[in-house]
Amino acid sequence: MSRGVACILLVVAVTWLSPALAVNPDEVLSDPALEERARDISKGLRCLVCQNQSIDDSDADLAKDLRVLVRERLSAGDSNDAVIQFVVARYGDFVLLKPPFKPATLALWLGPVGIAGVGLLAVFFFFRRRRLEVSAGPHGAPTSAKPPEPLSDDEKRRMEDLLKDDKT
Amino acid sequence: MTAEIGHFALILALMIAAVQSVVPLVGAHRDNAEWMAIARPAALTQFGLVAISFGCLTQLYLSSDFSVLNVIQNSHTTKPMIYKIAGVWANHEGSLLLWVLILALFGSAVAAFGANLPPALKARVLSVQAMIAVGFYLFMLLTSNPFERVEVPPINGQDLNPLLQDFGLAIHPPMLYLGYVGFSMAFSFAIAALIEGRVDAAWARWVRPWTLAAWCFLTGGIVLGSWWAYYELGWGGWWFWDPVENASFMPWLAGTALLHSSTVVEKRDTLKGWTILLAIITFSLSLLGTFLVRSGVLTSVHTFASDPARGVFILALLIVVIGGSLALYAWRAPSLVSTGVFQPISREGALLLNNLIMATAAAAVLLGTLYPLMLDAVGGDKVSVGPPFFNSVFIPLMLPMIAAMAIGPMLAWKRADLKPVLARLWAAMIAAVLAMLAVWAWATDGPVMGVIGVGLAAWLFVGTLVELAGRIRLFKVPARESLRRLARTPRASWGMTLGHLGLAITIAGMSGAGAWQTESVQAMKPGETVTVAGYDFTFDGAKDGQGPNYSIVRGTFLVTKNGQPVATLDPEKRVYTVTKRPTTEAAIHSTFWGDLYAVVGDKDKATGAYVTRIYFNPLVAWMWGGVLVMVGAGITSLTDRRHRIGAPAGRRVAGTAPETVKT
Repeated sequence: MSRGVACILLVVAVTWLSPALAVNPDEVLSDPALEERARDISKGLRCLVCQNQSIDDSDADLAKDLRVLVRERLSAGDSNDAVIQFVVARYGDFVLLKPPFKPATLALWLGPVGIAGVGLLAVFFFFRRRRLEVSAGPHGAPTSAKPPEPLSDDEKRRMEDLLKDDKT
Repeated sequence: MTAEIGHFALILALMIAAVQSVVPLVGAHRDNAEWMAIARPAALTQFGLVAISFGCLTQLYLSSDFSVLNVIQNSHTTKPMIYKIAGVWANHEGSLLLWVLILALFGSAVAAFGANLPPALKARVLSVQAMIAVGFYLFMLLTSNPFERVEVPPINGQDLNPLLQDFGLAIHPPMLYLGYVGFSMAFSFAIAALIEGRVDAAWARWVRPWTLAAWCFLTGGIVLGSWWAYYELGWGGWWFWDPVENASFMPWLAGTALLHSSTVVEKRDTLKGWTILLAIITFSLSLLGTFLVRSGVLTSVHTFASDPARGVFILALLIVVIGGSLALYAWRAPSLVSTGVFQPISREGALLLNNLIMATAAAAVLLGTLYPLMLDAVGGDKVSVGPPFFNSVFIPLMLPMIAAMAIGPMLAWKRADLKPVLARLWAAMIAAVLAMLAVWAWATDGPVMGVIGVGLAAWLFVGTLVELAGRIRLFKVPARESLRRLARTPRASWGMTLGHLGLAITIAGMSGAGAWQTESVQAMKPGETVTVAGYDFTFDGAKDGQGPNYSIVRGTFLVTKNGQPVATLDPEKRVYTVTKRPTTEAAIHSTFWGDLYAVVGDKDKATGAYVTRIYFNPLVAWMWGGVLVMVGAGITSLTDRRHRIGAPAGRRVAGTAPETVKT
């Protein structure tokens, strides 16, 4: 669904989404290269009081403070990683929208690979079983195919009805 | 009185559903025609009762009856009529009522128009439908009654969240629910088939229209939500991998897989067990989607726990439906015998690859969406799983799928040779390379994903056209013959061609909008001009105004390119009177190559300047257009002759259907 329903929940939660007020002109750095880096970093940092928004999208005061902080660190000459480390040191991994690879997120990061692997294995065994069945059966016909069951009386009647329909 | 009538109608519907969920099922088991026949009047009556109930709630909203809690919390006398109606389903209780209304609608549609179904199958399908309905009626009546009265009615209501007072979002939930609930039909047919132990081509044909219709609605519902986010949130974003979005995207992925695997069941009599499982999974994800959004579990596990009645009921219902159907599957699926055999490189193999990737994608999205909740529930760390995670998992899955999508439809059933097919795709390969070179020349600094995305879109688009050309033997036979073949192409094949073309257009749009958005944020005084993507935006000041239940600040931008006027943009900032909350109405001018997008923000009292945001969002119109083509493709396929006549298509007597095509 969309943000709209998130908003219903947000009313109950801490803040609500009020759009278009995120990055403000007074925050923007004069050096476009530095500003570009600041935007990149902001997109990966979570606004901690919002629901699933980056500080780049949020108008919450905390998000603004973090945006300013990121720009201060960048202006002071920090590398992107150093800025992110600086924020993580204060707010923990929760602030990262891309969770780091660590024991607690092992299942998260390896999960999709595992699912794809299980799927591939299932397909592999599906084909292997089929091949065995086919080679075991006479004249290449699969042995598992039973002859269809004869129609019940009721079904015969319905079939006749259908055929009659078709002719009219 | 109205509230009580609505409430009693709902209770009666529960009673009828309880009967409908047992008697026809037992009747089918004992081959008792009279017991089976109860399903039809029961389903129709049930729909009538829920419709009365829904009508009552709507009437309460229209008459602003503030003795009803639900109306107090979501309405106000000054609210425009359309949002009084939309307010009915813009809340937890009302949206559940809409859910059961649609469920009963689908059930009565089977009862009324399912004359070509075998009586036992029809009875079982309607019984399973009624079982789902019983769960929902109980949930509503026990924990979420929309007709609850208050002792002392207030003078006026608390109004609806302003963000929801929007046309796109007013029709978004019904569309989405038509999709979710539509998949309940596939589910009911799957369960009925498991009970009967028989899945054949006829079964696949009966299920297909329901799945297709549900898919069309769900696709439309998702894109409406995305479109709303695009124009309402004020910064041109259209997909956020937000849990509520994922909730609707997971059933879409599974449902798309189901559409493809049911083709294999129908044409080749294989992949039966898997298709049944997909039907169960798709509906389970729809249920999960409904509840993820409606239960508050997304905000935190703790809000979920703070309302234990609802939370526990939801959990129990999910366990019964999903666990029960999977148990039935484990017990009965081995009795489903497939006869069709095929090699890995074949049409079936390609469709299986689609299924593998779509199912993996759905599972990955599910994992990412629920992971923070699960970790929190077991007392682990708090982690955030945001767009960077989903993009890094989802995109690598989609690349091979889109690459294979151009090839798959050209492979023969059973056993195919890859080499000649690839050789026939030379035009698609050239198109992809040219598109990538053109994009790269235009924007050398853009992200590489944008270039790859556009290249894949060109590959898929041209590849799909090559397949169509091959089918009508273009340039191989005289043009007249090709045209005749084109006219005789079954609508279901058109559905595939259009669907894939639509996806190609959408992918081009997503790549463009995702990779090359240009943004300019500044404070502007009237008369000032900024240039974005070659367009000059001159700010012409802002005026105050008044809407029906909000005040407006409306800015005006005159847009020119090389001195020639292009458009006038009037973005608004609204403040709703009752809730005092602001919303943004972006002004958008769509062109073929991109959207001009302007937003006006707050005024700086000291300088008189307004905060303005101006964007150029490339190819956004392609994104919406492509999705429309996909929905159109679904509708085209839905009108295929073999769905209209129900039974497996044979050649009819000449004269009754001159356009007859053997499928």
